[in-house]
Amino acid sequence: MIDGLIAAQATPAEPATADYWSMLFVFVLATFIGLGVIRRVSRLLYTPLMSLTNAISAIAVVGSIAVTGGEYPKTIRVLGAIALFASMTNIVSGFLITDRMLKMFKKQ
Amino acid sequence: MTSAVAQVAAILATALFIFSLYWMNDPKTARHAVVAGVSGMLVAVLATWFQPEIVHHGWIVLAIVAGFIVGVPLSLVPLTAVPQRTALSHAFGGLAAGLVGTAEYFLGLGENPAQLTAFRMSAIVAEVILGFLTFTGSLMAAGKLQEVKWIPQRPVTYPGQNVVNIGVLVIAVALGVLVVVHPTAAWSGQVFSAIVGLAVLFGVLLIIPIGGADMPTVISILNSYAGLSAVAMGFVLNNKLLVTAGALDGSSGLILSLIMCRAMNRSFTNVLFGAFGTVQKTAAIGEQKAWKQETVEGAAQLLEQASLVVVIPGYGMAVAQAQHKVRELYDQLTKRGVTVRFAIHPVAGRMPGHMNVLLAEADIPYTALVEMEEINPEMPQCDVALVIGANDVVNPAARYAKGSPIYGMPIIDADKAKAVLAIKRSKNPGFAGIDNELYVQDNTWMLFGDAKAVIGELVKQLGSGGLH
Repeated sequence: MIDGLIAAQATPAEPATADYWSMLFVFVLATFIGLGVIRRVSRLLYTPLMSLTNAISAIAVVGSIAVTGGEYPKTIRVLGAIALFASMTNIVSGFLITDRMLKMFKKQ
Repeated sequence: MTSAVAQVAAILATALFIFSLYWMNDPKTARHAVVAGVSGMLVAVLATWFQPEIVHHGWIVLAIVAGFIVGVPLSLVPLTAVPQRTALSHAFGGLAAGLVGTAEYFLGLGENPAQLTAFRMSAIVAEVILGFLTFTGSLMAAGKLQEVKWIPQRPVTYPGQNVVNIGVLVIAVALGVLVVVHPTAAWSGQVFSAIVGLAVLFGVLLIIPIGGADMPTVISILNSYAGLSAVAMGFVLNNKLLVTAGALDGSSGLILSLIMCRAMNRSFTNVLFGAFGTVQKTAAIGEQKAWKQETVEGAAQLLEQASLVVVIPGYGMAVAQAQHKVRELYDQLTKRGVTVRFAIHPVAGRMPGHMNVLLAEADIPYTALVEMEEINPEMPQCDVALVIGANDVVNPAARYAKGSPIYGMPIIDADKAKAVLAIKRSKNPGFAGIDNELYVQDNTWMLFGDAKAVIGELVKQLGSGGLH
C-alpha cells in the first residue's frame, strides 16, 4: 500500500526529469545549427549580425511575460516587469537598428 | 489545446529565427532577416500572452510601452556609437535573465519548494550568475566605450588581480552548489542574494582590466554570455524556444569571439585575464629614424597618379567621424579612374564589422570593402596605401618582434605597398603603446592632424587642381 503510494508519487516526477534531457538535446542541436548558420554569415555584416542575434535572444521576453502576468506575489511580478521592459527594449532597438544598418549596404 | 498552439508557435518562431540568421549570409538578402526575426518574435510573444495563465495585463502593456519609449531612441544612435549600444543591449539581456531567475527562485521558495529540484536549481544558479555578470560587465564595457568620466578608459591592473577575479567567481559557484543542495534551508535566501551580489561584482572586475583594443573580443564574449543566460532561462522555465534562440545567440557570440581572438593571435583566457595594457618597449626604432611629413598637395598628387589605392581605416576614422569625407575622397579618385579598395582588418574599430558599417553609412559600395586575407596578396601592386587612424593592425612588428604584445597578430601588409600615406592624430604611439616602424619606412609619408580635416583638405585639393 505504502509502496504503491510512493510509486504513484514518483511517476508524475518522471516526465519532468525526462524533459530536462530533451531540453539539453535541443540545446546541443540548436548550438550546432547556430554554428553552421553563423559561419556562413557575410563578414561585412558582423555588426548587424550582433544586433540581430541580440534582438532574437530577447525572446527572454516570453519568460518575462509569464512572470509578470501570472498570479504571483507583487514583488515577483515587479521583477518580471523590469525584465520585460529590458527585453522589450532589446527587441525594439535591436531590430530597428539592424534594419537601419542593413539598408546602408549598397552594391553601387 | 492552448498548449498545442504555444508549441506550434514555438516551432514556427524557431524556424523563422534560423531563416533570419541564414539570410545574413549576403547583404542582398539580409533585410529579409529582419522581417523573419520580427515575425518570429511576434508569433512567440502573442502565443505566450494569450496563454490562460496570464491574467494580469496592465503591467505587461506598461512594460512593453516603456520598452518602445527607450528602444526607439536607442536604435537611432550615430553609427560610431553602435558598439556601446550593443554592449548596453547585452546588459539588458543579462539583466532580464538575472531578474527572471531571481523571481523564479523566490517564487519557488515561497510557494512551491517542490519545484526547486536539483536540475532546476542548477539552471537557476547558472542563469543568475551569467545574467548578472553579463549585466554589470556589459554596462562597464558600454561605459568605457562611451568614455563615461568615472570609468577608467585605460586598463586598470593590480597585483593579484586574476587571483581576486577567479576567487570571486569560485566563491559564487561554490555558494551556488550550496543552494542547489539545500534550496530551502532557512539561510538559502541570503546565500542566493550573496550569489547575485558576487555575480554583479565579478562582471565589474572582469572588465576593469580590459582596454579599448580588446573591445571587439570582449563584446563578442559578452554576446555569447547573454545568449547562454537566455538558454539557462529556457531550462528554468522549461521553454524550448528560449533554449534554441539563446543557443543561436550564444553560438554567434562564440564564433565572433573566436574570429576576433584569431585576428589578434590571442586566446580567450589571454583576453580576459591578461590585460593588454602592459607596455613593452621593444626595439627603439623611433630614435634611429625620423618620420617624413608630407604636405596635402604632395599627398593629393601621389593619390591622383596612382592606379590602385588601398585605404586602411581604423578606430581613428570613427573617432574623427571622417567616413563621409572618405567617401568624397573615394568619389574624387574613382572619377579619375583610380581603383580604390578598403582593406578591413577583423578587429579594426571597437566591435566586429564596425568599419564596414561606418563605410556603408557613408554610401561606399560594399563591393569596395575587402577583407584582410583577400587584400594582402594584392598589396605589392598597390600604389598608395592610405592609413586612416589605424595603427596596430598595420604594424610590421607583429611579424617578428617576439616581445611585442601584438606579436603574431595577422596584419594588413601596408608596408608592402609602393608608397604609404598615414594620417595620424598625434605623434603618440597607438593603443598598445608600441612604436610603429611603418611610419618611419623609406616609402612612408605622414600627414598629421584630425582625419576628417586632413581628408577634407585632400578632397579640396583634388577637386580644385589636377586633370578632369
